[in-house]
Amino acid sequence: MDESDLPTWPPGTDLETVGTGVPRREAPAKVTGGAVYSSDLRLPGQLYAAIARSPHPHARVRSIDTERARRQPGVVSVIAGEEGGEGVTWYEESVPLFGPVARFAGDEVAAVAATSLEAARDAVRALNVDYEVLAHVVGIDEAQRPEAPSIHGTPGNRTTDPKVEERGDVAAALAAAPIRIEHTYRTPTAVHNALETHGAVAWWQPDRLTIWASTQGVTQVAQMTAEALGLDQSQVRVITEHVGGGFGAKQVPWKDVAIAALLSRRTGRPVQCAYDRHGENVAAGKRGATRQRVRIGADTDGRLLAIDAELVGDSGAYQTAGEAAALWGPYQGLYRCDNVRTSVTYVYTNTGPAVAFRAPGYVEAAFALESAMDELAHRLGVDPIELRRRNHTGVDQQQAKPWSSPDSLPLIYDRISALAGWDARPRNAPPAPGGDGGVRRGWGFAASDWLAGKANPPGYASVELRTDGSAEVVTTVQDIGTGTRTVLAQVAAEELQLPVEEVRVTLGDTAAGPPSPTSSGSATTPTMAPAVRAAAADARHQLVAAAARQLDCAPGDVTLDHGKLVAANSGSRTVAEVLEGLSPAAVHGWGELVAVDDSVSVRTFGAAVAEVSVDTGTGEVRVTRMVSVPDCGRVLNPTLVASQIIGGVTQGIGFALTESQLVDAELGLPVNDSLEEYLVPTVLDICPIEAVPLDRPDTGANQLGVKGIGEPPMIPVAPAIANAVFDAIGIRFHELPLTRRRVLDALAEAASPDESEPA
Amino acid sequence: MLTLTVNGQPHPVAVEPRRILLDVLRRDLGLTGTKEVCEMGNCGACTVLLDDEAVYSCLVLAVECEAQEIETVEGLARGQELTAVQEAFVACDALQCGFCTPGQILSMEGALRRRPDADEAALTEAVTGNLCRCGAYRNIVAAAGRVAATSSGGAG
Ligand code: FES
Ligand code: FES
Repeated sequence: MDESDLPTWPPGTDLETVGTGVPRREAPAKVTGGAVYSSDLRLPGQLYAAIARSPHPHARVRSIDTERARRQPGVVSVIAGEEGGEGVTWYEESVPLFGPVARFAGDEVAAVAATSLEAARDAVRALNVDYEVLAHVVGIDEAQRPEAPSIHGTPGNRTTDPKVEERGDVAAALAAAPIRIEHTYRTPTAVHNALETHGAVAWWQPDRLTIWASTQGVTQVAQMTAEALGLDQSQVRVITEHVGGGFGAKQVPWKDVAIAALLSRRTGRPVQCAYDRHGENVAAGKRGATRQRVRIGADTDGRLLAIDAELVGDSGAYQTAGEAAALWGPYQGLYRCDNVRTSVTYVYTNTGPAVAFRAPGYVEAAFALESAMDELAHRLGVDPIELRRRNHTGVDQQQAKPWSSPDSLPLIYDRISALAGWDARPRNAPPAPGGDGGVRRGWGFAASDWLAGKANPPGYASVELRTDGSAEVVTTVQDIGTGTRTVLAQVAAEELQLPVEEVRVTLGDTAAGPPSPTSSGSATTPTMAPAVRAAAADARHQLVAAAARQLDCAPGDVTLDHGKLVAANSGSRTVAEVLEGLSPAAVHGWGELVAVDDSVSVRTFGAAVAEVSVDTGTGEVRVTRMVSVPDCGRVLNPTLVASQIIGGVTQGIGFALTESQLVDAELGLPVNDSLEEYLVPTVLDICPIEAVPLDRPDTGANQLGVKGIGEPPMIPVAPAIANAVFDAIGIRFHELPLTRRRVLDALAEAASPDESEPA
Repeated sequence: MLTLTVNGQPHPVAVEPRRILLDVLRRDLGLTGTKEVCEMGNCGACTVLLDDEAVYSCLVLAVECEAQEIETVEGLARGQELTAVQEAFVACDALQCGFCTPGQILSMEGALRRRPDADEAALTEAVTGNLCRCGAYRNIVAAAGRVAATSSGGAG
């Protein structure tokens, strides 16, 4: 059954299980150590792999002498160089798995399988790799210089030609605008640093390759691995029970999968290949740094007349598949503006490859755009939220069609201002330039949109009803820690009128059914929840039809009422009784979501308010309170939605204040490649977070009215914090993160009268 | 050959002196609830109790632990009955991917062994060395509050 054949759940639908805070299903397993991650697998005869990585940011591999490594105790197999990669190619550039040229410090050149991890690591140290060191370049500005070393032989080290989108006449509108704001903003390279590193166990048996992967997309790993290794997709089975964090970095397969598979084919034994923390920091994806030259023109009421954004992002040494960092997004879509031009260029550098990281592109662009909007509000003396209202649009101006939820943003503005107490916030007296050594406080606001959060078809599911009164939902899709199992159980329970405990969910295994979407673009719930509902409805219809046959009446006369099938005049039967009359004694429903309504544009909107304190003596910024109001359509489970919001807000705080991968320009080496020096937030860095989703079913998105929530809450956090810092100390920052050094330098500059920037 | 006492059970194991307790628990004894994340004392995911004290098992050599009682996340619950800390993590949804969770829980358990009436602040203090990349901290603090409120003499 197709989900679109079912009636919508309009706002106000009386639902029993959906919308309640059903506890996360796997929580008991996770608190007792019973949850098994791919890194926990210990198969009989399992070998452990270690990877040899280039210590140079750019080098030709002249030769690899594996002799000494092969003789180490415990070593079973060594694969090195192009030959060792057996023709497998990687990245969008299709370079050999172990290439003749290493393009970043950490690029893979060889791997070893041994009976213990220690032995494998010892053997990697015993490899003798002869490198011819080449000139390298890191940093997007440097990589764009004409004299920069060329990484892939492309002009200006560009990955492709700039992607330019323009509507209206931007140059003329900017020239005529009475108010103009122009700055260059920068965001840092940020590393996902999921606690479970990328890793897989591969077991190659004669006709079948089984992979237990730490991934956000079992189907995609199966597809891409089959393609890379020249197998039929039906020969590759991928299993993912639990994932120790992904955040985008695990939405495409990485080399761990291929290395484990090749070593398993050679040895005939299961092989585990997991990155160590260094590998995770340098070679497993990142949010690439950006430079954003933004020009905004507005009228004296603050209405936007023109936006021009010249956007450059760091791709690292290679391009990866998956979601692109859509840096143009907020400029093109968040506000009404007739004249908009965005130009996006990605540049190769000799650093690890970039990949999607929670709302890729939007997090970076929102910092720039929402800082500029705040500046515009202050310049005009207009309230920052009022300025956004004046620039609201209910339509997707790029595609010239309405948003599926055109009034979400104004409602979010109302909700967040009331919740935060925005209008009653303390108004600061203008700060002393450079601060007075004391602690100052401030409030900041930012709005957000996100191009995803809609279904990513196709999604398939089945639901089986059994005589014990239970139902089993089966789908191949994975649960990456977002609560997918739990919400799918709720949706099936709702449709079948079952207590949610009676619904089991089996997922995360490509052998269980048709392909499923990768958990990216906040698409898992909006794709899979409607499919599961359709499967449950299909099972219910079959059950009703069977009951009608048994009760000798028309199906239209039978209704399901909490475990009983009741016919108007012919009595009733329990579900178990009806099923026992069937052979086999079960019904099996299929559900799918195969298309989305293209007449509307689905977006997930949101906003955040930050309260901060800034110690003008030490430069320390502390976030003291965050309020987040995202729109994810209907809330299926308020507990799980709140968890997603606090997670996104917390990562946003890290992005705003501390996170930045630092690469030594001379050496081309990341200097903070550990969790000691790459500073993710700790429990001491966070603050009270009020997470209040709008909870308005968006029936333009799908029949259930659900949209994704995984990514959007992170988007407005950093600009809200930066705007609050401006409110506190009167200094506008154009670069993240807001480290103490950066804040102290800015305070010192503000104190020296010549260079102070007008507040 | 040495004998490690883990969750009350003696385990004879043959290990090289250079091997860390974390690795021996995970690979030799199959107790994979204790997580390996950084292997250098930065994240707390490998936390276990050593004679009731929370330690990073990646910073302890297995051979050092012979005479001590080792407790891991697998040893906390009695059958289906969760400890107050485990129950609070479930009730407060103090986890997402769950990879940091065993370490967070054992850090709090360690604080409770020291001071059974530890308050929310003390239990939160106990997890300052436990990173959670999913950012579940607000709910972890809520779990600390729930434990403090329900533990005997929880006024703290
Ligand atoms: S693995 Fe021991 S502290 Fe990170
Ligand atoms: S729950 Fe994922 S790291 Fe804490």
